[in-house]
Amino acid sequence: MTFRKYLVLAAVTVFGATGDSLLSRGMKQSGNISLHQLPDLILTILNPWILTGILFLLGFFAAYMIALSWADLTYVLPATSLGYVLLALIAKFLLHEQVTATRWLGIILISIGVGFVTRGPALTHDPGIRQPENCNGEPVSTSVEL
Amino acid sequence: MKQLYTWGAVAAIVLASTIGDVLLSRAMKQVGDVGELWRSHGLLAVVGRTLRNVNFVLGILAMTVAFYSLLIGLSWGDVSLVAPASASLTFVATAVAAKIFLHERVDPHRWMAALLVAGGVALLAA
Repeated sequence: MTFRKYLVLAAVTVFGATGDSLLSRGMKQSGNISLHQLPDLILTILNPWILTGILFLLGFFAAYMIALSWADLTYVLPATSLGYVLLALIAKFLLHEQVTATRWLGIILISIGVGFVTRGPALTHDPGIRQPENCNGEPVSTSVEL
Repeated sequence: MKQLYTWGAVAAIVLASTIGDVLLSRAMKQVGDVGELWRSHGLLAVVGRTLRNVNFVLGILAMTVAFYSLLIGLSWGDVSLVAPASASLTFVATAVAAKIFLHERVDPHRWMAALLVAGGVALLAA
């Protein structure tokens, strides 16, 4: 893993968390939506919070696609789940919500999980020419240095 | 009744986003390393190659379904329930789907990671 690739994973995390909080704020403003008012759902996109949220989520998506082009899905998803930790920190320090002991425990679990996956190889199956494994069929972590 | 709707939305989000993630991951593996392609062929070539990929288009479709399910779900239930519940279940569902459909080597470390993250996300909602 190069520094640039860690930067892409960080972008996935930050853009995703910011986009989700903006969407949540916008949807709280527009109120409940029922199934027989589905056209209203299209109008909610005009809400500035939703619009900004969607822009951030587009940035998230671009970074996510770049990450998926060189890493496994089961690597990218846990590695970028630090976004939930970021969300909880935003909630505590920017929105002054109370973060309970249970939530801190959740944050710790996620962080351990992220540590578990990022120590391993980023890519274990390559549909192309390269086979990132040695003769024992074990993944070789150096093969991710493209 | 509203709770049933909320969990129905959660189920729809999990199913649609798992299908979407698998399709998008497959698409980007077919496109190839974006950084390398960008340097050798330019940004437009990368974008064009991605947009013309069938799996990418289908993946976007699935993600659109997931996104609208999320918007509907958020209007029925609390964001602190809907978002973590669907994300938590999606982590486990994608780990299984990636192993079956993408032939990724989901070793014990990755199962642990998926379960820890799923459990952690669930705790955030509690």
